[in-house]
Amino acid sequence: MRPPSPSIPEKEFLFSALKESLRIDGRLPLEMRTPNLTFGSELGWVECALGKTRVLAQIDAKMVKPLPERPFEGILTIHSEISPMASSEYEPGRPSDEEVTITRMLDKVLRRSDALDKESLCILAGQRVWHIRLTLHFLADSGNLLDCACLAGIVALKHFRRPDVEVVGDEVTVHRPTERAPVPLAIHHTPFCFTFAFFPESSSSSTPPVLDPSQLEQRLSAGLVSIALNAQKEICVLQKLGGVPLGTDDILRLVEVAVQKARETHEFVEARLREDWLGRKVEVR
Amino acid sequence: MSVVFPGDYVPAQHVNLKLGPGLLQTSSIKSENTDSNVIATRAGILNHSANRSKWWIESNSRRYVPAAQELVIGSIIQKVGEGFRVDIGAAHPASLDSLAFEGATKRNKPNLKVGCLVYARVSLAHKDMEPELECFDAQTRKSEGFGELKGGFVVRCSLKMCRDLLDPKHFLLPLLGGRFPLEAAVGVNGRVWVSAKETKQTIAIARCIEAADPDGGSLDAEAVKDFLNTLDI
Repeated sequence: MRPPSPSIPEKEFLFSALKESLRIDGRLPLEMRTPNLTFGSELGWVECALGKTRVLAQIDAKMVKPLPERPFEGILTIHSEISPMASSEYEPGRPSDEEVTITRMLDKVLRRSDALDKESLCILAGQRVWHIRLTLHFLADSGNLLDCACLAGIVALKHFRRPDVEVVGDEVTVHRPTERAPVPLAIHHTPFCFTFAFFPESSSSSTPPVLDPSQLEQRLSAGLVSIALNAQKEICVLQKLGGVPLGTDDILRLVEVAVQKARETHEFVEARLREDWLGRKVEVR
Repeated sequence: MSVVFPGDYVPAQHVNLKLGPGLLQTSSIKSENTDSNVIATRAGILNHSANRSKWWIESNSRRYVPAAQELVIGSIIQKVGEGFRVDIGAAHPASLDSLAFEGATKRNKPNLKVGCLVYARVSLAHKDMEPELECFDAQTRKSEGFGELKGGFVVRCSLKMCRDLLDPKHFLLPLLGGRFPLEAAVGVNGRVWVSAKETKQTIAIARCIEAADPDGGSLDAEAVKDFLNTLDI
């Protein structure tokens, strides 16, 4: 069942509020909800919440034989399926358009952006590599699942530590976490995704774009622009959905905002990871 | 006050027993240490009336399950022949006959468009059938506030929150009404329609409901008052 579109009074109220640069949840147009990261007892278990949107990311690593065409590279796979747990508008089995978009964007932001150094996952060339499996569970949808999922995914990758391995000749020894400290994954850079929503132009006045749209804003938007970039101002993905015409300077303005937010998010994530790491008692003998 | 879990036996016995939400009468007693045949079907706080004839369970949830005679806010999703299909946030859309309005006749039918909001009463809720709505009071056949809701905004909240808002002793609506004039229609399906003169005021109502929601901030009267003072209204 397709979700019913928002009612006329909701639509009219949202548009008239946005014309006054007011948002229903009291945010400024270019203000994000503060992300809330919760780490589990296991490494690589992260729950990310943006307001009431919640995504859980979890990482497993296992050893596999590498793909024959890439014998020196490890494998990263992303499993994301939106279940009806997130919202009644998602059905199990049949992916909706929105779900397909999210899956493809996650693939671009987390995998194809080369955030993870895949060669460092190689143990024995052509025989043994690490297979990192990132599973994303969408717990609740209250708008902007994509940004929340990207953040949960990248933080989980940074949080995870794989067991240390030792290679002597052809012998591979995997050290248990109790023997040797697990090693973090080699991460080249940390891309974050930011989504902006655009609203249909009316003749009288223009509506500003909003960052981190809520569910209602996302449903009523005429177009979405997602920018994935890292704190070093390197853009990984820029995606535009919907038919709102945008000029070059509009896009550049959004990129400026995203750069600022990426820096803030980067600092926040680093601080939270450090805090969590210090809170863990890791004993190395 | 006691907390029950689904499957727990509830000591509800009365010659004229009435079971409310969350309770189910079973045909046989399956447990030895109780002589009750009433079990709980959801987790929550068990309540009963003073003479122990009416029993119900109070709990919070987000998904609405229609029950007869409840007030709901729905949006029209389709026009079907002589009526409308209305989304009330339940698993199935409800149907609303175009004659189920005050003063409606075959000639004079309400003109509702797809996307309009209606305040209605659930007239039929059967687990095997589509719920049905009516937009008049069953006794007086007058509209009594039911019908189309024009303008305003719909706030979504948890089911506990909207039941609380219907309680005349609840602090929130009188507190907000003391600051500025407002109109509100509370549906027990987790939707509250509010309307105030200024956009800012409507947003303030929406944020206060969100803040007081047990599923959200669950602030009490004092905290909501402080929160309201921080808003620029």
